Amino acid sequence: MSVIVKEVGRALGRADERLPVASGLKKNLRKVFPDHWSFMLGEIALYSFLILLLTGVYLTIFFKPSMTDVVYHGSYQPLVGVPMTEAYSSALGISFDVRGGLLIRQIHHWAALFFMAAMMVHMFRIFFTGAFRKPREFNWIIGGSMILIGLLEGFAGYSLPDDLLSGVGVRIVAGIVESIPIVGTYLLFFIFGGQYPGTDFIPRLYTFHVLLVPGILLASVGLHLVLVFYHKHTQYPGPGRTNENVVGFPLFPVYTAKAGGFFFVVFGVTVLISALVTINPIWAYGPYVPDQVTAGSQPDWYIGFVDGALRAFPSWESQFWGHTWSWNIFLPCVVLPGLMVTALLAYPFIESWVTGDTGEHHLLDRPRNAATRTSLGAMAIAFYGVLVINGANDIIAAAFNLSINQLTWFTRIGIFIIPPLVFLSTHRFCMGLQRRDRELLLHGRESGQILRLPHGEFIEIHTPISDDQKAVILSKRDIAPLAIPAATDQNGVATPGLAGKKIRAKLSGFFFQDNVARPSAAEIEAAHHHAHEVHDHEITELHEAGKQAPSQLTD
Amino acid sequence: MTSTSVRRHKATGLVVLLAGLVTTGIGYAAVTSTAEASVPQASQGQLDQGHQIFLEGCATCHGLAAQGSSDGPSLIGVGAAAVDFQVSTGRMPLAAPDNQAPQKAVVYTADQISALAAYVASLGPGPSIPSASDVSTTDAELAEGGVLFRTNCAQCHNFAGRGGALSDGKYAPSMMNATPTQMYEAMLTGPQNMPVFNDKTMPPAQKQAIIKYIKNLQQAQAPGGLALGSYGPVTEGVFIWTAGIGALLAAAVWIGAKVR
Repeated sequence: MSVIVKEVGRALGRADERLPVASGLKKNLRKVFPDHWSFMLGEIALYSFLILLLTGVYLTIFFKPSMTDVVYHGSYQPLVGVPMTEAYSSALGISFDVRGGLLIRQIHHWAALFFMAAMMVHMFRIFFTGAFRKPREFNWIIGGSMILIGLLEGFAGYSLPDDLLSGVGVRIVAGIVESIPIVGTYLLFFIFGGQYPGTDFIPRLYTFHVLLVPGILLASVGLHLVLVFYHKHTQYPGPGRTNENVVGFPLFPVYTAKAGGFFFVVFGVTVLISALVTINPIWAYGPYVPDQVTAGSQPDWYIGFVDGALRAFPSWESQFWGHTWSWNIFLPCVVLPGLMVTALLAYPFIESWVTGDTGEHHLLDRPRNAATRTSLGAMAIAFYGVLVINGANDIIAAAFNLSINQLTWFTRIGIFIIPPLVFLSTHRFCMGLQRRDRELLLHGRESGQILRLPHGEFIEIHTPISDDQKAVILSKRDIAPLAIPAATDQNGVATPGLAGKKIRAKLSGFFFQDNVARPSAAEIEAAHHHAHEVHDHEITELHEAGKQAPSQLTD
Repeated sequence: MTSTSVRRHKATGLVVLLAGLVTTGIGYAAVTSTAEASVPQASQGQLDQGHQIFLEGCATCHGLAAQGSSDGPSLIGVGAAAVDFQVSTGRMPLAAPDNQAPQKAVVYTADQISALAAYVASLGPGPSIPSASDVSTTDAELAEGGVLFRTNCAQCHNFAGRGGALSDGKYAPSMMNATPTQMYEAMLTGPQNMPVFNDKTMPPAQKQAIIKYIKNLQQAQAPGGLALGSYGPVTEGVFIWTAGIGALLAAAVWIGAKVR
């Protein structure tokens, strides 16, 4: 035994002399990470991505990305003798004639849905806790770009099998490309190698799906994680946690165990779902034929918002300069998603400009304490949600006996009304929670014990909150909104860029509106003093009445 | 009157149009097969029973002589197949006017339905109820039925025959409970918003192939597991955001929980 240990030790020693492994590991394995369940959301996305890479490799062994016409002679009876492309035929082969093929295909597709959903939930956590603030803006952009790239990658995967559903999806994308003014038609011919659908698209998409985009995603994931290491992880406010430290557990052994275990949980849940629940039953859709379509032709959920916008948009079209300008497709499918992505990626810079906050932040905000940011986030989710729901309007109409026309009008009006309502109500929720925090600090928690005083008055006894809770509430930072600049300085010289500065100050006022100020130390002291005075007075009163004072009053 | 003035007379155009229509109509009737427009033979007793049922259950909307009214179309010439489809699926008699007649519990017995069908068929020639051999699928090609189904049916009834939405609250119903006879009758008569697929545009052999494919849809086990209603990616998206992400969030909370 000791011989083996000695030999292994010697071998490792030799490796150490040549590779900088030990020194690097020694430092990084002891790196401290804070602990919270919401810090694992990104891990779900990471593990889904690993599952996608593993299952994707298996699928490439059997998939033939070719649009050559073949006649199906596999084991799925309802399609025997039907002409189709080799791509679809080989996808059917994976589903029915390759051992474990259907399970792997379903794992791959469910993992793709998990990947996109987990990235989004992870982004919500980052946004609502303000984790995107300096110095992490660049990582926010990488993350946001990964969602966009993941969306394209997912769509490419959805389109590869060349079944009826994916063909309809590609047809819509071809229409979107064509709608781009002036260059649309040229772009379409460039992408498809001629008229839609042609015979080039699937081989091209395949290279895009299995080589180019996974490479970009892998590099982005690496950079994303390196930056998390470099910036150190943010932490929630709590006792002993400051902007200058990180309170938590070391990477090894705590997080290696937790993360390793969580990987198997994610893999297990994905495989369980894939073994029990059908996804993308390509055999039921049939091969893509341009003159066929099925009711309920939808993209996967993460593209649903584009489809929803397309379905809701009025049919505007104009013709000038010898071109047809398809506003009805260009605006909802190119301009709107472009604006949404730009707003998303630019948000950290916009917020820092509006608040004038240029400091580094390693301590997370509680969502209630950044009420306007939280409300803007909720508003954005509501906007996105209305579009996603409209993307499924025909399914909703059929399932709930509604009129699809009325649902379209609901979206057309609701897209302008629902998000502002969500903003206002979220803001009220945050204000209510801020007031409650202030109340808790000043007067403590309502104990539910009602005391009747000798002179007939009823009072409820408040118990002070724990020090941990106090530390959390006291983490609130109150930033004053930027002052509206004077038109001229003291020498009567006009302020340069006055209009811009005024807008910035107004936005700043909007951002910090209705903020419930954190009570100062003096206020807390005064409130405690007041409580004790009242209680002392009552205790004396009770003593005078010859009764035993309840113990709660002595605190 | 010169020939020119005859040609220019006000009524000439109308007369020529009418003459044209009449000759075309007669010619068309002469060359058209009468196979699907035959009036089936029925006993006088059955016709009387059917007439009685018609007066009680149908005449309010369709008129005492089945001539139609503002509340319902004329039934003269719709044939026995239309009556059998509408009544045997519970769509007729209608409970309340709406965008579309919904399927509900069947009101009449099989005998009553055939009497009613015979009565309506006696009013004018129309498609008759398909026989057992008409709907037999033994010689039909399953894969051909699939191609025909995806070309003609899937755009409204969805790829798995689960139904779908049409405009203004109308819908294509699910085919999961339809019998082969009802499928055949639906294609023959085009009920509600469905187009008519008569034997000219879709020969009986093709109808039988489609019926074979739909029967396969009704009976087939989903190879991939739970089919989530076969509504496509929407239900898959709902599943991932509820059960899927829900399970992983629960696991994250569990792993992240502080041990005390």
